[in-house]
Amino acid sequence: MERLIIKSDNIGTWLAKIIDSVPRVLAPVKDGDKAEFKSIKSADGVDYDSQTTISSVKAAAFPRTETLFAYEKEGMETKLYNVAEDNFVETVIWRARPCDAVGFKPLTSIFNWDYKDELYNQRYDKIAIVTFACTSADKCCFCTSVGGGPGNTEGSDIQVTMIDKEKTLVEVLTDKGEKLVALAKDLFTAAEDSIDKEKALADIPAKFTKEQIHENLAKAFDSPVWKAQSERCLGCGACAFVCPTCACFDIQEDAHGNHGRRVRCWDSCGFSLFTQHTSGHNPRPTQATRWRQRIMHKFSYMPDRLNVYGCTGCGRCSRACPVDMNIAEHLTSIANSSHE
Amino acid sequence: MEENNNNFEPRIIAFVCNWCTYAGADLTGTSRIKYATNVEIVRFPCTGRIDFMLLLKAFAGGADGIIISGCHPNDCHYTSGNFHARRRWMVFRDMLDFMGIDIERIRWSWVSAAEGAKWADVVNDTVNKIREMGPYTEYKKAAKFLEEEKICHE
Amino acid sequence: MSKLSEKTAALLSEGTVKLIIGYEQGTEHPRPAFCHTPEDCERLIFNDECKNNLGVYLTKKEIIGEDKIAVVGNYFVIKTVIQLNRENQINLDNLVLMTVDGDEVVTFSSIDEMQQYVDTHEPAPNEKVLAAIEKIDKMSREERWAYWKNALSTCVRCYACRAACPLCYCNRCIVEDNCPQWIEPWSAPLSNMEWQINRIMHMSGRCVGCGECAAACPLDLPIGILTKKMGIDIKQTFGGWKDGSVLSTYSIDDKENFIK
Repeated sequence: MERLIIKSDNIGTWLAKIIDSVPRVLAPVKDGDKAEFKSIKSADGVDYDSQTTISSVKAAAFPRTETLFAYEKEGMETKLYNVAEDNFVETVIWRARPCDAVGFKPLTSIFNWDYKDELYNQRYDKIAIVTFACTSADKCCFCTSVGGGPGNTEGSDIQVTMIDKEKTLVEVLTDKGEKLVALAKDLFTAAEDSIDKEKALADIPAKFTKEQIHENLAKAFDSPVWKAQSERCLGCGACAFVCPTCACFDIQEDAHGNHGRRVRCWDSCGFSLFTQHTSGHNPRPTQATRWRQRIMHKFSYMPDRLNVYGCTGCGRCSRACPVDMNIAEHLTSIANSSHE
Repeated sequence: MEENNNNFEPRIIAFVCNWCTYAGADLTGTSRIKYATNVEIVRFPCTGRIDFMLLLKAFAGGADGIIISGCHPNDCHYTSGNFHARRRWMVFRDMLDFMGIDIERIRWSWVSAAEGAKWADVVNDTVNKIREMGPYTEYKKAAKFLEEEKICHE
Repeated sequence: MSKLSEKTAALLSEGTVKLIIGYEQGTEHPRPAFCHTPEDCERLIFNDECKNNLGVYLTKKEIIGEDKIAVVGNYFVIKTVIQLNRENQINLDNLVLMTVDGDEVVTFSSIDEMQQYVDTHEPAPNEKVLAAIEKIDKMSREERWAYWKNALSTCVRCYACRAACPLCYCNRCIVEDNCPQWIEPWSAPLSNMEWQINRIMHMSGRCVGCGECAAACPLDLPIGILTKKMGIDIKQTFGGWKDGSVLSTYSIDDKENFIK
């Protein structure tokens, strides 16, 4: 891992070089008072003020809508066509947060669990992530409670930390990161050992520990806590859709008579019809059962089966929720409760 | 919008009611009145049955113009179907216009079973107007969004 | 304990109701609160920030069951109860509807009282939305198409707008039908527009104007403009919200100028 310093004023110059060298750069852009990742063509207009974006950047590897394959019937034969490789575009994600980079880990686990999802893998392999460590946090952040932190470098190719108005620390973590730094070699100098990254980071006290959650969840399947916590939940999909680790999808047809495409699009386990069977039976018939599934999946089933945590503590679900289902609040309550 | 492409023949979908307009169109034929062949007629029992989403589906499916026609008010075969339809169109038309969908491409009319000549006029009028306006390219383009993801044809 | 907490706690301890739905303080803003015991009622608050439309829970059988419940709602919740009653979706015998008017805790004893309140307490309209409608009205058709296609292109189809609306209570929404598939379920500029058009049409004349659809949208899409515009048009054309469900009724005197 290389530690470099760049003058804070030169960050835009470096970004401009990156924009010139790759087909796509995604960065937070403000629209009103909310920021979202957009494809940028110039280094101006990137939002460095907002804590984080509303939606995660998982769409870069797992798009909202994508074609799985196309088909065409000719007489008795059906021809199948794959998606062209030019759709998978080399991408730099700029000014993501540590919780965004970490979010790709559970996604990659799910998409490579029992079947290697080539579409996801091809897209993900073409991504380089430049995260900016957090020097502040808001009421919904809780990365430190789930094994993350404002300066966590896991999943990042480069991590940028603003030490002060003049100096910015650049940690180069992978080969992809090295290539990005090489685009503007002259802007970087080696960082002295005295540069203290920790001092610049936000102070985010942990609200609970992963062990507390895991232990209590193991006994909580039939607990009344699920109904109590989910009473106000409306069953919309906002939390799943803004979440960096939620990977539920639906498969649909875009059928036009004798030709068409099979399409994959995002779905949410919070929707009432998500587990509805054709028979009419629904194994998760109440919002309480669906809320239980959400928490158990992220904090119990995924750690147990895939050895990976299903939550990065980014807090997006809590910010997006129309009825303030603050997940950190709910988890703290679970951590502090005692179940028989 | 003015694509005076000499080869452009508009594709018009007509949603008509069985008892009045469809019968009227039949009369046009038996009266040997010639009219434009660009129209594809979809027969409904009543205009009250025409769901507004069908109009959007017609545009998405490649229609350049739409005709909706039924019995005159007070003459509905089911008494009040066309009253429901009329109200539905009053609300729908305003909403479409606000969202920028070209309501000039939609022609509403009352054509009775006896108005064979009127049907020919409605069709010819609409076809001429849409030919002048050109194809509804912007809608068709939006409908083909998925095709922006290229397929590998070996 | 505030007057509100006292009155509601009494309803529970006397056994008049099994559940109280009101508002409590959330992380940044008030949020819906569910009180099952008199102690729970201490959390209840009521102020101008209380925006969620609690009417959305009145059609959820798993929340209210067959029991009598009380709801402490804002202006729009009262309007919602009137509309839901008109559509036979609630049992007024099982509902105690309350609100807080200044210092007073008000309990409504009839639909007429609710209607009276609604007629005399209409809040000021959202100026930003009205200004946006004016701006869009002035655009050319092509500009409007570009505006809406662009504004709705990032919609993820989370249906928070649908979930937050108390009048969207269908067990199976049209967008979940695939035989026939009215609206493509994946996010794409055109199908996102079709979804909003459909939602507005199904809301015609039923919408109470609470604006929670727009507030619920995680991406802040300008969908509140559509419901407001629809409400204004319907009032102009058909004479106001009192006429209820515009599309399930008709008048032989309806006048239009485009059917020839």
